[in-house]
Amino acid sequence: MTELIEPLKTPTAEPGTGMVQPGMSVSRVDGRAKVTGAARYAAEHPAADLAYGVVVNSTITKGRILGFDLADALRVPGVIDIITHSNRPRMRPFKLSYKDMTAPGGFPFRPLYDDVVFYSGQPIALVLAETFEAARHAATLVRPDYAVEPHETELAAHLHRAHDPHGLKAGFAPPPKEKGHAQAAFDAAPVKIEAEFHSGVEHHNPMELFASTVIREADGHLTIYDKTQSSQNSRWYVSHVFGLSSRKVTVRNPYVGGAFGSGLRPQYQLPLAVMAALKLKRSVRVVLTRQQMFTFGHRPETRQAIKLAAERDGTLVSIQHDAVAETSRREDYTEVVVNWSGQLYACDNIRLSYHLVDLDNYTPIDMRAPGAAHGVHALEIAMDELSYALQMDPLALRLKNYAEIDPTKNLPFSTKALRDCYTQGAARFGWDQRPAAPRSMRKGNEWVGWGMATGTWDAMQMFARASAVLHADGRLVVSSAATDIGTGTYTVMAMIAAASMGLPMERVTFQLGDSTLPVAPIEGGSSHVTTVGSAVEGACEKLQKRLLKLAKALPDSPFAKAKIDEVEFADGTLRLRARPEVRIELPQLLQHAGEARVEVKYLMLPDALKQRKYQRATHSAVFCEVHVDEDFGTVRVTRVVSAIAAGKIISAKTAHSQITGGVVWGISQALHEETLQDHRLGRFMNANFAEYHVAVNADIHDIEVIFVEEDDRVVSRLGAKGVGEIGLVGVAAAVSNAIYHATGRRIRDTPITPDKVIAA
Amino acid sequence: MLTENHATATPPSPVTMAAPLYPIELTVNGTRHQFEIETWVTLLDLLRERMLLTGSKKGCDHGQCGACTVLSNGRRINACLALAVSQNGHEITTIEGLADGNQLHPLQQAFIDHDALQCGYCTPGQICSAVGLMREGEAHTTAGVRELMSGNVCRCGAYPQIVQAVSQVMGIAPAAQPEAPVRPTVVGTVLS
Repeated sequence: MTELIEPLKTPTAEPGTGMVQPGMSVSRVDGRAKVTGAARYAAEHPAADLAYGVVVNSTITKGRILGFDLADALRVPGVIDIITHSNRPRMRPFKLSYKDMTAPGGFPFRPLYDDVVFYSGQPIALVLAETFEAARHAATLVRPDYAVEPHETELAAHLHRAHDPHGLKAGFAPPPKEKGHAQAAFDAAPVKIEAEFHSGVEHHNPMELFASTVIREADGHLTIYDKTQSSQNSRWYVSHVFGLSSRKVTVRNPYVGGAFGSGLRPQYQLPLAVMAALKLKRSVRVVLTRQQMFTFGHRPETRQAIKLAAERDGTLVSIQHDAVAETSRREDYTEVVVNWSGQLYACDNIRLSYHLVDLDNYTPIDMRAPGAAHGVHALEIAMDELSYALQMDPLALRLKNYAEIDPTKNLPFSTKALRDCYTQGAARFGWDQRPAAPRSMRKGNEWVGWGMATGTWDAMQMFARASAVLHADGRLVVSSAATDIGTGTYTVMAMIAAASMGLPMERVTFQLGDSTLPVAPIEGGSSHVTTVGSAVEGACEKLQKRLLKLAKALPDSPFAKAKIDEVEFADGTLRLRARPEVRIELPQLLQHAGEARVEVKYLMLPDALKQRKYQRATHSAVFCEVHVDEDFGTVRVTRVVSAIAAGKIISAKTAHSQITGGVVWGISQALHEETLQDHRLGRFMNANFAEYHVAVNADIHDIEVIFVEEDDRVVSRLGAKGVGEIGLVGVAAAVSNAIYHATGRRIRDTPITPDKVIAA
Repeated sequence: MLTENHATATPPSPVTMAAPLYPIELTVNGTRHQFEIETWVTLLDLLRERMLLTGSKKGCDHGQCGACTVLSNGRRINACLALAVSQNGHEITTIEGLADGNQLHPLQQAFIDHDALQCGYCTPGQICSAVGLMREGEAHTTAGVRELMSGNVCRCGAYPQIVQAVSQVMGIAPAAQPEAPVRPTVVGTVLS
């Protein structure tokens, strides 16, 4: 039985929202909760007798902890306890127990497990106090004593240690084997370019600080509000690490203040808060600081080299793309960086490689459009360079090499409306007015340039369950342990259910964010609509069949002989398609059938046999205008048109925001974001919002989003493909290409800071 | 191995003595409250942890992100940078105090209408900041709104919609304005 879980305070659409159809623009159902401050995030759930935990982090990068001087810290009034590896409660000794559902190959860090320090900023102690202020102060008085060992954190200095990645990770596929003879074709070709690219470390920096509130109930049950992209992943992790059965732990995440991949794996505040709750036998809250949010996963620093060659007419004859990225000593974090280059353009000779270098850093973690953000960036700058070598329009070069089938897998695309993206995007932007030569447009003291790029991302589907419960009063509650990290999950799922059942949206509630709900995948990879959305629609379809069965069994039923395709659910009724006046209101149906509620559960499994016959991807064409100051090298992105092919768009308003947000991320990647490491200390230096600049309002100008027609029933029964990542991919390349068009200066590294523009 | 040193002969240092409490009075969302608090408690932590008014968000605790923006005597301030004792006698308005019962403040409604939010974590700060912005009377164009709303970081990237929402409520026509700063920017100036 799936009921509404009261503490989740699940939002429902405003009264009067009415009937909805897929593709409509509907206001976010959680909007009111968010604009009034009523929505509670992980650190905001009240608990009686709450203890506050503040984390102490290592100041060395590698070595061992010899001991702690805790005397001053323990003397701070209000301090309850200080947990270190020496006095922590029991944790499972097996390395395997610490692997969460998205762990890559290798074995994860075990917080406070032993005396080993393996990266700078590693959590080494948790100070617990009656107030946050006392814990924060005492944490500054904890004095660890270390035996320091030499560390290696610089990718450039250790490229000779590059190795093939080990182990599996969801969403990762190693580069395909070589097609044709890429180097020989390159050597023989008349037109060619070679280029090297560097992308620095980036940190996700969702606005909400990572936090866990562990509420210990009288019977010892732990209810944990955690910042995560999957309540079930965090529940699984806590159960395995501490040996607590699923009945003793519930994890909730009804509101998540952004994550962008950082919540794909449980972060260290979760096990620390749990061990404190177990040790103190009381409720505990641990909130990380902004600085501490630079002490777990990041987008890995990556070096890339690309060689492209073409015939004089622009036909690509060789693509070579090599990438080397950093990972930790403990796990082989992998992401798809180069495979896109074997997927986007038709070519007979393609060679791709991807290698890792183990460094004394924390394991990287997926960050919005992992791999593609910088992998497609490099390819799309290289394509721009090739277009100038060919003296060909950059868009014409892409159309010349348009891939009708996946060139390395030789599979057809399930759908691919990229040509429409190019056409509609170019028309909207006015691309045909573009002068070919760089340094052709100037306004005042600024050079003006226009650039474009292609984007692509996977169209993925996983498996999920959903339950649907129709209540006697006509309310429909659909549930799945999904997540809404700001993506619009609450809204889009309620729309799917309301449209499917023909109910006004305000009578439908989609419940998510609790580990006890039917199984859902981690929210990531742009897969939530294709996966959970399909499960929701499947559950509704099953519910329709159950309701028809009830209707058929009514005395003298007008539906007695009706088959499911002869009826429809519309306007809150079940009715005959042929004779819509023959109808019954759904609450009436339940009343006559003597049912207080009707519940169904549905398991959605992807049709893998069908899906494997196709390459499944989203596509985009991004056009942008930049203004570059002649003297200062400052760049403003004044105009962006992003044309997206992502299957059927279900929730137009929230999907639009996803793409706009992705474009903002692309601009921020292009111009601003990099976490810089002092390799003598092995430490990230700019670990705060003042020195790690993310785009602010003044950095963002006009952004226009176009969704082109696409309907993909291979990827999902809804026709949808997912919009979480595609908005970002290609944007930074379009910006870089526009800067070249403006100034004649080619900048292949990100971020494109003014010093690089001046020096180029 | 722990190496705690309990054998100290010196008296506890001043930093480890119980912090003294000071009486303050705040009017929060129209209701007067009295507190006995330590000087090290920020207005933000007072609101969130002691009054359970968690609508004001902590995003950096260093005045770098604006998520904690509240109105103090009508001016927008970063509640994380304001010690609660320094606000003694002030009228504080938080996001919880903007709506009139079930009737949303026009900015709240405009944020919903324009989808000027995604995860929602920066949203209370954005809205309180916009209320302060309107009172300041400095922004007259969309470019001005962009510039003067730049103390509020939105990592989801809802900036275009935020500008639309704020501009609509302020009666600023969209995109009809020249791309010029509202006034010459002088680094280090603080608006009074």
